Amino acid sequence: MSSVPLAAYLMLALILFCIGLFGALTKRNAVIVLISIELMLNAVNINLVAFAKYSINPGMTGQIFSLFTITVAAAEAAVGLAILIALYRNRQTVNVDEMDTMKR
Amino acid sequence: MTGEMIAFFLLALTAITGGVLLINLTNVVHMVVALIFTFIAIAGIYITLSAEFVAVVQVLIYSGAITIIMLFGIMLTRHQEKEKRAPRLKMMLTGLAIGLFFLIMYGKIKDLNFGQQDAGLHIDNTKKIGVELYSHYVIPFELTSVLLLVALIGSIILAKREDDEKEAKK
Repeated sequence: MSSVPLAAYLMLALILFCIGLFGALTKRNAVIVLISIELMLNAVNINLVAFAKYSINPGMTGQIFSLFTITVAAAEAAVGLAILIALYRNRQTVNVDEMDTMKR
Repeated sequence: MTGEMIAFFLLALTAITGGVLLINLTNVVHMVVALIFTFIAIAGIYITLSAEFVAVVQVLIYSGAITIIMLFGIMLTRHQEKEKRAPRLKMMLTGLAIGLFFLIMYGKIKDLNFGQQDAGLHIDNTKKIGVELYSHYVIPFELTSVLLLVALIGSIILAKREDDEKEAKK
């Protein structure tokens, strides 16, 4: 029987999610913004796996959902980076503050 | 203080340290390297949650593939070696909003407990996942393969040079 409570895992996930959110909102390099989003998705995965073990009905569903999330995150990283490189070729910058064509 | 408790605290400390370094470092490559520590520590957390297969997938996909693809993205684009910080006011406002969010969520989850049952998730973990994926979740599983194919082709087309198409027309 384990002794680490569910709330400890949820706290860890919450802290990582907040760090990722802060990075995604304040960082200026677009690659770092993408990787902060990956960190947020990872925090959500911790929640899924923790609830898979410590819920009222423990089962494999949470782990399988986290596998799907990891797949979607990998696809998102690839497409995001492709968009970033296409943008860099046109604008010669990866700074998110300068990507404001639709605001002007 | 059991061994699992100690392992959890060490892993959680490593994960949070990596995240804090991501926020505070100025060199972009160092930030990505700091995040590798976080990803590996999260894989350790999955092992303490008796999800061995997810832990191995985490090491393969996140610490292996995604970090390398992000490093490629940094190398292929020119950037300032030292990242400039956002304006102080914007950082304070964002920090304040996120702090509020943190406090609200903390108040909700701090006493959450459903009791612990021994479900034996660690016994034949990979086999159970395989059986579930090919029986109950077979349609989402197949849809995922379509998603990966779409992402593969889409990113190739997006990242392709546009003057290649003009040459093809000639």
